[in-house]
Amino acid sequence: MGFLTLEGVSKVYGGVPVVRDVNLAVAKGEFVSLLGPSGCGKTTTLQMIAGLVEPSGGRIRLDGRDITQEKPNRRGLGIVFQSYALFPHMTVAENVSFGLEMRNVPRAERDKRVAEMLGLVHLADMADRYPRQLSGGQRQRVAIARALVITPPVLLLDEPLSNLDAKLREEMQFELRRIQRRVGTTTIMVTHDQAEALSISDRVVVMEGGRMTQIDAPYRLYEQPATPFISTFVGKMNRIAGVWRDGTVTVGNAILESAPADIAPGTAVTALIRPEKLRLCRPGEGRLAGQVASRFFLGGHWLLTVATEAGEIMVSVPNTGEEPAREGEPVGIDWTPATLRVETASEVAA
Amino acid sequence: MNRSVATPWLLVAPGALLFTGLVLVPLVLTVVLSFLAYDHTTGIQDEWTVAHYVHVLTDGYYLAIFWRTLRLAALTTLICALIGAPEAYILSRMGKPWRSIFLLVIIGPLLVSVVVRAFGWSMLLGSTGLVNAALQAIGLGPVRLLYTETAIVIALVHVMLPFMVIPVWTALQKLDPMVEAAAWTLGASRFTALRRVVMPQVAMGLLSGSLIVFGLSASAFAIPGLLGGRRLKMAATLVYDEYMHELNWPLGAAIAILVLVANLVIMLAYNRAVEARARRTLG
Repeated sequence: MGFLTLEGVSKVYGGVPVVRDVNLAVAKGEFVSLLGPSGCGKTTTLQMIAGLVEPSGGRIRLDGRDITQEKPNRRGLGIVFQSYALFPHMTVAENVSFGLEMRNVPRAERDKRVAEMLGLVHLADMADRYPRQLSGGQRQRVAIARALVITPPVLLLDEPLSNLDAKLREEMQFELRRIQRRVGTTTIMVTHDQAEALSISDRVVVMEGGRMTQIDAPYRLYEQPATPFISTFVGKMNRIAGVWRDGTVTVGNAILESAPADIAPGTAVTALIRPEKLRLCRPGEGRLAGQVASRFFLGGHWLLTVATEAGEIMVSVPNTGEEPAREGEPVGIDWTPATLRVETASEVAA
Repeated sequence: MNRSVATPWLLVAPGALLFTGLVLVPLVLTVVLSFLAYDHTTGIQDEWTVAHYVHVLTDGYYLAIFWRTLRLAALTTLICALIGAPEAYILSRMGKPWRSIFLLVIIGPLLVSVVVRAFGWSMLLGSTGLVNAALQAIGLGPVRLLYTETAIVIALVHVMLPFMVIPVWTALQKLDPMVEAAAWTLGASRFTALRRVVMPQVAMGLLSGSLIVFGLSASAFAIPGLLGGRRLKMAATLVYDEYMHELNWPLGAAIAILVLVANLVIMLAYNRAVEARARRTLG
């Protein structure tokens, strides 16, 4: 039994199901991300938890209490909106103080808690500024402080980092995690950025077409994606269609050795392997021969596309100081058979 | 050539000419006229005087009319704000087809001449009109409505409402709807969220709406003329009477200038007071 549970929650907008039969149990203190492309229903799910959207079906429970019908101002959840939704006519301190005022917290205690919270988000000297005088990252931290100062049982984050530039986004990811660990608030974050979801969550929930298709810890999600969609949406994945024969995947003349699997010979299968699990080697060596089709330098690593008999395969080469093969050069590709997973057509359909 | 120097002047020339010809020159002529002496038998004299101003400012008859103008314009503005702001809020929260339809309903009356609408109101408010018939049916009437200040205010509110709704609606359009939701999630009731979060942000829209409504109401002519009757005069009808019935153009001009100055002072003061506050917080 989770601290916050969704039981068969669904939402239909004008006959179109947006969220279908969502079940989720979030433990106390956990950081869960709802990950998915735009239009997958993740924001609607968050808004139903917040009480801003009424579910068409199902129950939402908080600490055992049914809050499905409760008004948003009675739920007491902290929410950080994508646009931050700060009150533009109030100072930073007034913004943060608003929730406490609504709770009739006495002035002296209010001031104390606001100051503490601004200290936590490193904005103590910005208390008298107006939101328009702050940078994007500062506004975001005000929004977090405003949501946390009321000590909500659950903190909801709606794409909190999407309006920040790449560098700041990375900093704020760690900042967000630090604050969450420090305060220990159960947190649900909506994001479309898989790297963000993997790096800061305890568990990641992937949503596709209004359904939750996988709920797992980031590492398992990455290593064992449950659906073809997740395999390509979370990280990069080579997907090679072939036929299962003698414990390998056969693609034309190419034979891809894989982890053992209990599949009937002759079944149509898809071989899955991540670019970073592949090693580039000298021509003639390795398990597969090919020719470099394109090469991108990405700083920490190179991403090569190699044309092989099994089709184009992405290979990630760590930047160790040595330049990898150039476009047009012949290369070999090697891997550990255990890292090549096999998916049957029936799994693909599911 | 000095093309770059001449260009801005050429570009403002049409507007400047229009403004000079249609506003500045008549205004200057009116000011000049207001300082010319007048004799009932021989008409406008060729000598300067401030007698008209002294006359207007010391005569209780004129002061009463000025006071009524100010009072009715302020009352109209207040009622327009009370009706228009909620109306604009509801409008901004409406769904796709209805918003355009109701916007049209609000703007629609502007397509009908003020004179026609004033006659419409005089038929409704007359002693045998629809309103009195209804009041009589429920045993409250008959009530004298036509040729009262009430009739003037009702009709003015009707005419001025779009000028309040549209600026407030525009201000609401610029508001992030999530800001209101944020207030709810922090524990504010719908009413508190409106009062503490939405209202301060539409203050500027309310200010411009109030200025337009006040200015237009204070100088309204057709409505007080048709619904106030001969005795219940407002500034604009007074000026008209001085010009057309008394034929005392200089006195009429003096009244017009006084009304203009008073209007200007009130609006500027109001604008300063509200805008200074809004500027500080909204930027």
